[in-house]
Amino acid sequence: MAGRWRNRLNWSEVTAERVWLDRRQVMSGLAATGLGTLAGAASAGAEDLTPNSWDEITSYNNFYEFGTGKDDPSRKAGALTTDPWTVEIGGLVERPGRYDLGDILAKVSIEDRLYRLRCVEAWSMVVPWQGFELADLLAIAGVQPSAKYVAFETLYRPEEMPGQQSRILDWPYVEGLRLDEAMHPLTIMATGLYGKPLPNQNGAPLRLVVPWKYGFKSIKSVVRLTLTEKQPPTSWNRYAPREYGFYANVNPTVDHPRWSQATERRIGGGFFSPRLPTLMFNGYGEEVAGLYAGMDLAARF
Amino acid sequence: MTGLQRVNLALARLPTWPVYVVGLLPAFWAIWLGATGGLGVEPINALENRLGLLALQFLIAGLAVTPLRRWTGLNLIRFRRALGLVAMGHLALHLAVWLLLDLRDWGLIWADILKRPYITVGMLAFALLLPLAATSSNRAIRRLGPQRWRRLHRLVYLAVPLGGLHFVMQSKGWQMEPLVYLAAILSLLALRFRSSRGRVAT
Repeated sequence: MAGRWRNRLNWSEVTAERVWLDRRQVMSGLAATGLGTLAGAASAGAEDLTPNSWDEITSYNNFYEFGTGKDDPSRKAGALTTDPWTVEIGGLVERPGRYDLGDILAKVSIEDRLYRLRCVEAWSMVVPWQGFELADLLAIAGVQPSAKYVAFETLYRPEEMPGQQSRILDWPYVEGLRLDEAMHPLTIMATGLYGKPLPNQNGAPLRLVVPWKYGFKSIKSVVRLTLTEKQPPTSWNRYAPREYGFYANVNPTVDHPRWSQATERRIGGGFFSPRLPTLMFNGYGEEVAGLYAGMDLAARF
Repeated sequence: MTGLQRVNLALARLPTWPVYVVGLLPAFWAIWLGATGGLGVEPINALENRLGLLALQFLIAGLAVTPLRRWTGLNLIRFRRALGLVAMGHLALHLAVWLLLDLRDWGLIWADILKRPYITVGMLAFALLLPLAATSSNRAIRRLGPQRWRRLHRLVYLAVPLGGLHFVMQSKGWQMEPLVYLAAILSLLALRFRSSRGRVAT
């Protein structure tokens, strides 16, 4: 089943949350130097892939179902019922139906994946997800040979998702991937982070993570997957096709019409952290560039 | 003497300097919050937004002075210059955060000004307000003459709606808050032009 993709970063390289917090104290000049050495050893070798802290990852979110402010999701997502949860898989599959999340989780292997996350708004994080490969979920339902795309849908429950009471987007939120993107071993369905269950504001209980694409592709709180022959609509593309393409690959050379995508700011650096250059495919080019061979990525952004 | 006349008389005796002191407090408060973690995990963007919003609020307060006097009789004209300059202070800080904390690269800055419509609009609004701030002393009024000075300061009718537009354009999707600001600005301008046409007619 899962595990075909080998992470070049080891889980042992992840700074433990407690050490991370200690190091933050070192940085603000409060703690002893001994802790600094410890933190330095923990993050050595992994480019700059020190994961963001639990607080950063869970307090700075775009999840318009709960409001447009970055802190709206963490303040307003508490009321969301995530258990029981079923995922309906339909369209061009062998075994369509409603799958209970518990049954799904019993059939897949959960892994830790340390991924960069790049938001289209030019900020980024490093997130220690837990989850399983989307390919494994698709295998449970059995993909028919004629399927070319996967369409995803977020829960629509305005009484628990107050943002859905405003018409800022057409609810429910929908997203889509080409089948080869969906089957790519980097593409996971996340169920947790930092080894804990996924908080509601991060898309509990089940969200897509496609690390080489802008964050909005990684649809949250997924309730439906539909295998299709035609490219499915996606919420942001429907809203502003000039600004948000279907592919949404992280690409420093293709600007968003309203801002540059050449650089990004890593969340958590404070006032004086500089912008970092944005990497093509968010740094996953070696793994995924082949999916787009021959495509004009400026036209199909 | 009516209650309103009494209020206006009391206001006339107040000094204007506290407007500067109190008016700039929110900026320092925002900077303090940002530096100490009170603006969340992405303080640069939060501070940028907050200072811009404060500037817009003070600009709107300045625009409200004349309609307020015409429609309610409350006279706050004495405080209008301070409101404008406080707005300009927030605007300058808003710009400084963008230049010095956010982008820090002249290449990126120029590219943004030229290529990003919402930044072009924002910079235009700022540029239009600069001569107003520069001529906000009594000496400048004397040198320009009240007629020319007043004509120059009509630029505010262009600059503030551009500021509101900048706010609308920078947000993802049609969000309610920026639209409310823009509507408030346009309403204040509409009130002003309607009543001035009325004055011409009578």
